[in-house]
Amino acid sequence: MSLNVEHASVRTLPSEKPLRLLDNAGHAVTGSATGGFGLPDTQTLLELYRKMVVARRFDVQVTALTKQGRLATYPSAYGQEACEIGAVAALTAEDWLFPTYRDSIALLTRGIEPADILQSFRGDWHNGYDQHAHRTAAQATPLATQALHAVGLSHAARLRHDPIVALTFLGDGATSEGDAHEAFNFAAVWQTPTVFVVQNNQFAISVPLERQTRAATLADKAVGYGMPGYHVDGNDIAAMYAVTSAAVERARSGGGPTLIEGVTYRIEAHTNSDDPTRYRAARDVEHWKRRDPIERLEKFLVSEGVLTESMRTEITDAAEALAARTRDVMTIEAELDPLELFDHVYGRERAALLEQRASLEAEIAAGAFASHEGAAR
Amino acid sequence: MAGALNAALRDAMAADDRVIVYGEDVGPLGGVFRVTDGLQAEFGEDRIWDSPLAESGIIGTAVGMAMYGMRPVVEMQFDAFSYPAFEQMVSHVAKMRNRTKGRVTLPMVVRIPCAGAIGGVEHHSDSSEAYWASTPGLTVVMPSNPADAYSMLREAIESDDPVVFMEPKSRYWSKAPLALPVTTAPMDRAEVVREGTDVTLIGYGPTVRTALEAAEAAAAEGLSIEVVDLRSLSPFDDETVSASVRKTSRAAVIHEAAQFGGYGAEVAARVTERNFHHLAAPVLRIAGFDIPFPSPKLEEYHLPTADRVLAALDTWEWDA
Repeated sequence: MSLNVEHASVRTLPSEKPLRLLDNAGHAVTGSATGGFGLPDTQTLLELYRKMVVARRFDVQVTALTKQGRLATYPSAYGQEACEIGAVAALTAEDWLFPTYRDSIALLTRGIEPADILQSFRGDWHNGYDQHAHRTAAQATPLATQALHAVGLSHAARLRHDPIVALTFLGDGATSEGDAHEAFNFAAVWQTPTVFVVQNNQFAISVPLERQTRAATLADKAVGYGMPGYHVDGNDIAAMYAVTSAAVERARSGGGPTLIEGVTYRIEAHTNSDDPTRYRAARDVEHWKRRDPIERLEKFLVSEGVLTESMRTEITDAAEALAARTRDVMTIEAELDPLELFDHVYGRERAALLEQRASLEAEIAAGAFASHEGAAR
Repeated sequence: MAGALNAALRDAMAADDRVIVYGEDVGPLGGVFRVTDGLQAEFGEDRIWDSPLAESGIIGTAVGMAMYGMRPVVEMQFDAFSYPAFEQMVSHVAKMRNRTKGRVTLPMVVRIPCAGAIGGVEHHSDSSEAYWASTPGLTVVMPSNPADAYSMLREAIESDDPVVFMEPKSRYWSKAPLALPVTTAPMDRAEVVREGTDVTLIGYGPTVRTALEAAEAAAAEGLSIEVVDLRSLSPFDDETVSASVRKTSRAAVIHEAAQFGGYGAEVAARVTERNFHHLAAPVLRIAGFDIPFPSPKLEEYHLPTADRVLAALDTWEWDA
């Protein structure tokens, strides 16, 4: 993958118009709107397109499974594929990702299995994948808290002279939290190799951005901390990828943290228990659907002659195969061991927990929980 | 005690280069109580440094550092200053091992200078132990003397679980001859610090001294008081406490924090549940009033004293 970056200055205010390398019609943008960033090569873009198509299919499938009652809840990222994947694709396998609850497709892009991604939303356990193996922290539910973990981890890596970058996602609402401020400030003061990607999807559940901030852009916040901020069209994966790649490389080479705002839109509800018709107009949703990140890149790749019909079929088939696999694993009820409840609270054994474990074991053995009969070990 | 803690940090940092120390004013100043005195000069700014003034930031970044294999020892400076970090402590520090099924452990220590009796102004004398002790996933300890301070801090730093290490401020200047390194009882064990036969007084941190004073005064009146220093608030050492209570058949717990919903309620309940038929009287609590911690000139009225302990014991029917 290649990228072309001219420069980034800490004192420059982010552009008022979001940086864009491809316009909504899929045409390459030239001039000042690109912020000096160059369009990634077509093979890179084709790969990003594939990842977006697969992730979209996954997201749609999981939303459907949620409606069928297979999952307790699912926060969809439909429409945010460019933000999620453009940013994550800029990381190496050695770098760390600190995701939030909405970033399931980012986890998919990190190579995590659907069953492991969905374990928490299904209600089996709080987190289902190996954090160290995938260099991906557990998805955080409290807002902005994980940003501090990213700062701490990347600072520790730097102290060890390991060339590792930590990237963390925040939503627009999360920028109002105290931990977002503390994370931005710690990262800037310590010059940690951290990349903050704010996915401005316009709503914090039902509260619109204008009720969240008076700043002209969320990227403007970077200036006050003394780090570069970029205001990017979050539905343009070329721009998200190019800007994040530059930030990652800058962090890796000791240049410190960067704040990137990707302006996008949450097409679906906050979760399946939300009713977005109460707080936003259908015409707004339609407006943003016409700015779809996948269609935009598709138009460009077709016009460049890069995306052929057979390739499109092959990508669609891969997406369908993943959806089928996701359906399959979600129809199998996981074997849960209620006694495991006590296994991961402390490393050192605790008498009180051993007693409680024994009492639950006795209850199960006595048939108090018919659904878990035979689960005792 | 401050010197013992300083020595424990120095020895731990020398023994293991993964041990790092940061917080507010811990660098050149050596901490407001001088617990980190001289450490930055010895170990350099990559091992111990001043953080920005932000408690949630301190705890949250320590989570990330511990995830990467460091063993951070971070300071909250004063008890009430830890409240901005409450979410990080409860939602992440306490739960990380559990939510990740043990894949991510957090070997970190949060040092919290705690409690009153130093003439501190508002927000400098709280007893926040019940908040931490009632949070599953945290280990909460509080030494009462220099030897324990050294030994327990070394053990806390070596623990693979996060430890809230509470330091009673009023005991920072307590002195004891020590040949370092000293190893006392494991930090999850309570200790009988004075033998007796009639009453078990249970204290921790600053109130161990209060209990010993009460025991001394009671001895003059012919009452034999046993004093148990809990040392660990979570886990609770039922074994040591119950053994003492069964010997004496009477128990009282002393703490500085407000009584209502306080840690003493847990102690009284546990002692009663396990030893009811051995008890000759209800378990008493001698605690601070149910008020926000008072101003310096009024704190002597609020804090439990040896006299209050003895007065409380007088409420029992001794003939029963």
